[in-house]
Amino acid sequence: MAQAAIELVGINKSFGAVRANRDINLEVARGTIHGIVGENGAGKSTLMSILYGFYQADSGEIRVGGKPVSINTSNDAIALGIGMVHQHFMLVDNFTVLENIILGAENDALLKSSIAKARSELERLEREYGLEVDPDAVIEELPVGLQQRVEILKALYRGAEILILDEPTGVLTPAEADHLFRILKQLKDQGKTIVLITHKLREIMAITDTVSVMRQGTMVATRVTKETTVGELAELMVGRRVLLRVEKGQSEAGAVKLSVKNLTVKDSRGVTMVDNVSFDVRGGEIVGIAGVAGNGQSELLEAISGIRQAVSGEVMLDGKPIDLTGRADPGELRDRGLAHVPEDRHHVGLVLAFEENENSILGYHDDERYLKGPFLDIDAIMADAKEKIEKYDIRPANPRLKTANFSGGNQQKIVLAREMEQDPGVLIVGQPTRGVDVGAIEFIHKRLIAMRDQGKAVLVVSVELDEIRSLSDRILVMFAGRVVGERGPDATEGELGLLMAGVEHQEAAE
Amino acid sequence: MSTPYAKLPAWADYGLIPLINLSVAFIVAGFVVMLVGENPFLAAVILVEGAFGKGTGIAFTLFYATTFIFTGLSVAVAAHCSLFNIGTEGQAYIGGLGIALVCLSFDSVLPWWAIFPMAIVAAAAFGALWGLIPAYLQAKRGSHIVITTIMFNFIAASAMVYLLVGPLKPAGSQAPQTRNFLAGAELPKLNWVIELFGAKIRSAPLNICFLLALVMAFLVWLLIWRTRLGYEMRTYGHSPKAARYAGISETRIIITAMMISGALAGMMALNPVMGDQHNVAIDFVSGAGYVGIAVALMGRLHPVGIVLAAILFGMLYQGGAELAFEMPAISRDMIVIIQGLVILFAGALEHMFRPYIQALFASVSPKSVGMQAIKGTGA
Amino acid sequence: MDIFNAIIQVLDSTIRLSVPLLLACLAGLYSERAGIFDIGLEGKMLVGAFAGASAAAVFHSALIGLGTAVLISVAFALVHGFASITHRGNQIVSGVAINFIAAGSTIILGQAWFQQGGRTPALQPGERFEAIIWPGADAIRDVPIIGPIYAELISGHSILVYFAFAMVPFTWWVLFRTRFGLRMRAVGENPAAVDTAGISVAWLRYRALICTGILTGVAGAYLSMVQNGGFVKDMTAGKGYIALAALIFAKWKPVNAMFACLLFGFLDAASIRLQGSPLPLVGKVPAQFMQALPYVLTVILLAGFIGKAIPPRAGGVPYVKER
Repeated sequence: MAQAAIELVGINKSFGAVRANRDINLEVARGTIHGIVGENGAGKSTLMSILYGFYQADSGEIRVGGKPVSINTSNDAIALGIGMVHQHFMLVDNFTVLENIILGAENDALLKSSIAKARSELERLEREYGLEVDPDAVIEELPVGLQQRVEILKALYRGAEILILDEPTGVLTPAEADHLFRILKQLKDQGKTIVLITHKLREIMAITDTVSVMRQGTMVATRVTKETTVGELAELMVGRRVLLRVEKGQSEAGAVKLSVKNLTVKDSRGVTMVDNVSFDVRGGEIVGIAGVAGNGQSELLEAISGIRQAVSGEVMLDGKPIDLTGRADPGELRDRGLAHVPEDRHHVGLVLAFEENENSILGYHDDERYLKGPFLDIDAIMADAKEKIEKYDIRPANPRLKTANFSGGNQQKIVLAREMEQDPGVLIVGQPTRGVDVGAIEFIHKRLIAMRDQGKAVLVVSVELDEIRSLSDRILVMFAGRVVGERGPDATEGELGLLMAGVEHQEAAE
Repeated sequence: MSTPYAKLPAWADYGLIPLINLSVAFIVAGFVVMLVGENPFLAAVILVEGAFGKGTGIAFTLFYATTFIFTGLSVAVAAHCSLFNIGTEGQAYIGGLGIALVCLSFDSVLPWWAIFPMAIVAAAAFGALWGLIPAYLQAKRGSHIVITTIMFNFIAASAMVYLLVGPLKPAGSQAPQTRNFLAGAELPKLNWVIELFGAKIRSAPLNICFLLALVMAFLVWLLIWRTRLGYEMRTYGHSPKAARYAGISETRIIITAMMISGALAGMMALNPVMGDQHNVAIDFVSGAGYVGIAVALMGRLHPVGIVLAAILFGMLYQGGAELAFEMPAISRDMIVIIQGLVILFAGALEHMFRPYIQALFASVSPKSVGMQAIKGTGA
Repeated sequence: MDIFNAIIQVLDSTIRLSVPLLLACLAGLYSERAGIFDIGLEGKMLVGAFAGASAAAVFHSALIGLGTAVLISVAFALVHGFASITHRGNQIVSGVAINFIAAGSTIILGQAWFQQGGRTPALQPGERFEAIIWPGADAIRDVPIIGPIYAELISGHSILVYFAFAMVPFTWWVLFRTRFGLRMRAVGENPAAVDTAGISVAWLRYRALICTGILTGVAGAYLSMVQNGGFVKDMTAGKGYIALAALIFAKWKPVNAMFACLLFGFLDAASIRLQGSPLPLVGKVPAQFMQALPYVLTVILLAGFIGKAIPPRAGGVPYVKER
């Protein structure tokens, strides 16, 4: 029986109060492709970062090739033959391919011999694995797919026998992804061990030999890929949690308030993040967008709220278009009745250094209710803040306290109170209960439903499937920038999990 | 997740840490004094005595403090938008030009109380203008404001030298400065206030600009913490992303903040030009703009702190003059060293002592730093 | 003939005036390419000048003077590193602080140690770097055209001048042909890439700062031991900032830096030469205009009107491991 290439035994890692890795055990056999699936925040990247020496585990043991090792720096990992292809490339954009490859692996103080050696080695790797790339090309001029190839070559050049790939296909076209898988298979045939981190179940089924499922910091299960199904994996990935089902009546949807038509958004690298998305949100309904993070939901929200530029398509608010050039005035959108609870409450939705009352008017600070001429009407602002504190049960009930001193849940309540109390026609919310304690979750959900019952159009984006299922009147699932399915609130977890993992409905039926 | 900037109770944050930073700066300065062969403690005593011992000393101290309040406020206003305005020196210089134009035009026909407001406006306008171009370049073309303001300092110096040896210099004079202003452009002194307390002052330049400086400190406080504009500036300074979310225009904020900052810098010139020298001479700013950086950092960007820090530096300047008298080895330039050390410890190394202080607080009173008392094994 | 001699004079001055700029500019190139903003070039040059002249006078040796200048400059550079790298402090603030500390201490210590109003004792021969006359220079001098060029422009400079110009190809070679240079450029563009390649970001940046310290030390030594016969207070007179301007103007490239410094040196030499005499077409150019020109040009460059000046991407940003 082939010796395990990697064994992780009892790995624990916490960042402050967050337990990113809880007692993880993992075994990867040599010469196989092992997949690790899980949603965001499951702890996959942390685990692999520990293996690569970026972080140190709080406790536990790592064994490579059967021998216990200590990996304190990336150098140690590299020396052990571990190479990593990061999700966000670790390349120097204005260097050539060769320069990037030899960085850290120069065999001499003078570059000449290193470059020559790298050049010939590159030729060899190219022939063997079909990893073609022009060695003298400058990185920033290469398409993303080729840049990733350079990342892989970097690892191989340094003699990686164990290759870790973190969400490699996020930036690739389907054709490029297939080419990547062919390369991975070849590497495997050569005896390399590959660990593939992904949330895309189709990829898992396509090329892995074994797969582990992580959820909320723990290793939930390990399966032989041939012996499992997409359905089982989806269920394991999405998991069973205490479902906080909120009481809600039937929705009475009214007129369309927010209309998205053929919206396409690309990021700064030209990768399509939102792909021809269309949907409507009516007054009196909650539309929930489910999906694993990174499938375009953030970009969608940003485009709708006017912060991000869209390539094509249109968004209508109450029948009138929203400026999609990226230079929209959020203030103007607020005046038109669009309220936005952003996904990143720490850096976008709030100014943590401000007092609570200062944050409770953020974005609405030019409203005459809060002003006396050019001056802030402190009394009015305080009174307003106190009202919101009471209504939303924000604790501690101190409007003068620095926002950074409130818990995550209460911070979120501050943002929600602010946006909801403006009586908007449309409310778009990103990750409403991320980092929020259980008690506040129920409260927040109740308030969202209340908004719906008042006839508002509510759009909720969340990576928490429970939340989407609990709140939504209609559920849209996003995968790879597209809306891949629409379901009612009775959709099963398994069904939604499959869509979230990129598996089409037909395949799941087998 | 590592928290390099851990929590501390407010009084420690605003009082203790700056005090420690200041103390370390002084201790290092003390070493320099020893290197020069003098006794640092004796030097400290002479310094304080020179600054506050006699009425004249106090008057001079407050006179210098006036200048530093303006430049400190100037740097602070920009800093609240996380803009590092190093151009205060040049903006003050150009502000002096505005004052010169007003005074030279009207000093024979108008009394001081008519000229003063005009001079204030001129100083502020000229200073604001000098800050406008770097601001515009930063906002619209992304040119780093630190570099451009440094360049503009030098350009201002060249321009003023040209004007002061040329067009503004009275014919037949050798000194590179304007002619002396007539009585209409001389500001009344404030020495009599100190004399009320029994001191006798032979001659000191403390003038009503001191009151103006205090008024401006109040107005800056009002602006930053009580107006909508100030709210927007602080939002942008803390988080440009949140500012964008809140609909605040980055361009508008950068330009407005720099113009206000430049205006305050320009107003600094009123003190030496109209209150003391009664002319505009080469390099009348003599580094006050840079002192403003130290004052703003030490004062934690708050007007109250700035006034106190300005008085401290005024004390250093005045006491330093006395010190130079008594200990010839230590000239005025000692102040420049202290200034540098303060900027280093209060600015670049401001968090250096934080972990130790935090550990101290945590061991004595965990609750004060937001931690629960740990039972059993430590975290 | 007169014009030709005048031109030779100006060019000769240009070379001498641009040397401190060039050394400081190359110094800044190392740190900025590695991602550290260094406004403290001025201060480091100043302490280098002071340390060099003092040591040379006390120990009666130019070489000891030079060594001391380098040592002290490097020490100040390490302080900047301590604040910027280890404590992730604001690099601008740190640079400004160092300039002040340098300005004040050179005067105080100078006065205390030598009691000459802030200057160091005038340097005697053997305590300075003398001009090196190349073979045949005197013989050729009268040959038209070639003679003066060889005798004045090429021969007759002190060794530090040749060192400065030699540093241009040397720096180019270090940056683009050595492992250290590759890593240094990388850490200024994407420190995370360097970190994941198993290289210490901090140590790399410290080494870059040491290079900066060495070159500013030599720059300072040139000022007080070649250009002048001793240290005079504030003798750098803003050259550190002009060097910074030249660096930006040169878009952080060594050969461009040489031309930029020569250009600024030329402006300086020309303004001295033209003092008072009118130029054709333009008339009298005020000396102050020429003085301001390097700064104006830099602003125009920064405004993007003379092409884009793209600094190292990670410049000025302290490196924090992502989490």
